[in-house]
Amino acid sequence: MDYSEFNCPIYNRFRLKSCSPGGLLWLIQAWADGEIDWSQSLAKILYSCTSCNNCVQSCKFPFNKDVVNMIVAAREEMVADGLVMPKVARFFGNVEAYGNPYRELRENRGRWAEGMSVEPYTGQEFLFYVGCVGSFDERGQRAAQALGELLLTAGISFGILGSAEECDGNEVRLLGESRIFQMLRDNNSRLFQKAGVRKIITLSPHSYNVFRNEYPAGFELFHYTQILRDLIEQGKLKPASKLNTRVTYHDPCFLGRHAGEYEAPRGILRAIPGLKLVEMERNRENAFCCGGGSGNFYTDFFGGGQDSPSRIRVREAAKTGADVLAVACPGCAVMLGEAVKDEGLEEKLVVKDIAEILKESALPPKI
Amino acid sequence: MKADFLSQLAEIVGQDYVSDRPEELYLYSRDPGAQKSRRADCVVMPGTVAEVQQIVRLANREKVAITPMGAGLTLSALTVPLKGGIVLDMKRMDSIIEVNEASRYAVIEAGVTQAALRAYLEKNHPHLQHSTPEAPPTATVVGNILIHGHGHLTPRYGVNSQMVNGMEVVLPTGEVCQLGSGSVSPLWFSRDPLPDLMGLFLGWLGTTGIVTRLSIQLFPKPAFRDLLLFVSDSVELIPELISELGQINLLENCFIITQEKPRWAQHIYYIIVVSGESQEEFEVKKELHNKIFQKYRDKVSPVDEEPALTPLRERFLGVPPFAATAADFRKGGGFEYTGAILPIEVIPRAWRSGLEIAHKYDLLYQLGIQLLPGGHSVMLAYSYPFNRAVEEEAERARGALDDTNRLTLDLGGVVWKPELPAQKLILERMDANTRQLMDRIKKTLDPNGIMNPGNWEVA
Repeated sequence: MDYSEFNCPIYNRFRLKSCSPGGLLWLIQAWADGEIDWSQSLAKILYSCTSCNNCVQSCKFPFNKDVVNMIVAAREEMVADGLVMPKVARFFGNVEAYGNPYRELRENRGRWAEGMSVEPYTGQEFLFYVGCVGSFDERGQRAAQALGELLLTAGISFGILGSAEECDGNEVRLLGESRIFQMLRDNNSRLFQKAGVRKIITLSPHSYNVFRNEYPAGFELFHYTQILRDLIEQGKLKPASKLNTRVTYHDPCFLGRHAGEYEAPRGILRAIPGLKLVEMERNRENAFCCGGGSGNFYTDFFGGGQDSPSRIRVREAAKTGADVLAVACPGCAVMLGEAVKDEGLEEKLVVKDIAEILKESALPPKI
Repeated sequence: MKADFLSQLAEIVGQDYVSDRPEELYLYSRDPGAQKSRRADCVVMPGTVAEVQQIVRLANREKVAITPMGAGLTLSALTVPLKGGIVLDMKRMDSIIEVNEASRYAVIEAGVTQAALRAYLEKNHPHLQHSTPEAPPTATVVGNILIHGHGHLTPRYGVNSQMVNGMEVVLPTGEVCQLGSGSVSPLWFSRDPLPDLMGLFLGWLGTTGIVTRLSIQLFPKPAFRDLLLFVSDSVELIPELISELGQINLLENCFIITQEKPRWAQHIYYIIVVSGESQEEFEVKKELHNKIFQKYRDKVSPVDEEPALTPLRERFLGVPPFAATAADFRKGGGFEYTGAILPIEVIPRAWRSGLEIAHKYDLLYQLGIQLLPGGHSVMLAYSYPFNRAVEEEAERARGALDDTNRLTLDLGGVVWKPELPAQKLILERMDANTRQLMDRIKKTLDPNGIMNPGNWEVA
């Protein structure tokens, strides 16, 4: 046991005792016992945790499975006591009012698909659940579009909910707002049921996580990398064009550590001719979080700096000599894309979603 | 603490690495042991030696105390300030600077953890290892050495502070010194034959300077390694068996333990760690150790069945041994122990008295001996797990600790990493001239008395 796999993103950023998983638990206990008062700094520490699950995996004590649950419970207590920080309150308010954290109108939710022949969901085999980042963030939209095109090319029967789609609630739950989360879960569940949804493909591992663990059963669930892998194996997608590129893959926490899916994304990358897959030093169970979980892609309690998790991660990626940093999560794409700029690595490293990379090989632009 | 002082600290290390927020003060004002909390005024995390120097000079100007800290895991509250001031958390200085394969040493910064060094060696120098203590992996290598800590190779190669080839130290007045061969050579390969200035910093509990860098000896990692397990109920036999083990002197490590929970553990267990570079060496060592215990077969038996076999192997076979779950067998999250460095002949009395003290304070007993090099002495750890949520139980743990420390000194032993009350007990019994020498050394090195004041303080 050497704990080399202990990779807490908050601790790496701040380094103070208070910002280690053990420190967080001590502070939660102290707050519960009235030994310290609630403060903005306590809240900031608790909200900084990205729920990446590294502590759950590294902790050797029998209570390890509950480490993140204890942090979520403390956040729930803050909500119950009306002690939510403004950034988080805005996140909750926006999600409740608009169904997304960006204050974007619901009717714009399907705009990412304009000009594509993606159809509304009317009982097709699959529902493509896009999620907030894929629907509204420009970077996320490109990933959603690439995936949409691949699914169309493969002849998959699928549709989207468009303006009817609602936030999945993963971050809302992790940030402790159980009332809004329950509302989102119930709305989505009713919507899925009413529309007759039997199979869901998610773009985001965050959606995959919350549907898998917090929603009532009743549908089959796939992360898009699992579908693309199968389509390649079935010959429905043919990565034919050679991509002479060196790629390293970043495991998203909610697909990797939370769901145990490490091979589907790598299987896709390996199937692309000319693509050389190289691993970062910390990969799979040991992958280092990009820092975006638990709403941090929006709230950004890390506040930048060279020790912010996303910058640490892109430096690791650059160290492999890769020219592409592949991701399978729109949140990671946003976080790591920004970090590449902050590190001045734009000339050396580009962040691409796996759907975008596969599209380059399977659907190369016609000259 | 004045805002201006904090601003000056922030100018040195950056705003992110200075804090007087209540959350940090709460955590840096206590450690995981049973000692009562004591208030720190701020925490500072330097990233370089130059920053440490600037902090020390500022603290001298302002007459503010500095308590250097590694991971803060002594359980004796040695890194919790007695007189307020700055806690100097060294964990940002966490570079492994060099590993010299030929001369087998590593030069590391003060914040390097046991886990980081082990992982680094495993990856880059898999045939080398350092002596790893039975502590959480977040414990720092330098912190362990500075309190004369022990490791899994201690019975074979010595106490970890004996494995130091050299140091870089920021003196209490701000100058930087290199000690050992590093003071005259670019290579940190040896402590000898210069005057041994390392002794000015080892065991002084941060009262004489701040170690920022250190050269630690590395050792071969054997290809073969296993445990031999024996059980006995004879306390009187312990010194004799230790003497026999010392006679052949082929151990990698050896523990002798008992504990009240679970019930099967209420005997005296011998955990013998045997290792060898070749199968032949390994087999010979096992045979020689087995022969020793066979000689005493009327009083000692091999452990070859459950319920003891698996838990003992799971706890002791790894490097380091997995002490954490054993430490928490009270299931209250509180753990305290005192390490008695004892001569061999007093062990039976020390052992029996340990059981009595635990029961006097209505605590569960847990005793563990680790042999020290050559079988000249042992460290007998008296552990007092307690329920952290119950202050009255923590108070009982402190009472038991105090009784045990007195017992240790009465038996002619010395208390290891002594918390403040134990330091006072030791100083009371110390030769008067030695006490004065310690005082003169401290005052010479630290004229303003800023370094972890209150510790080793001669009244």
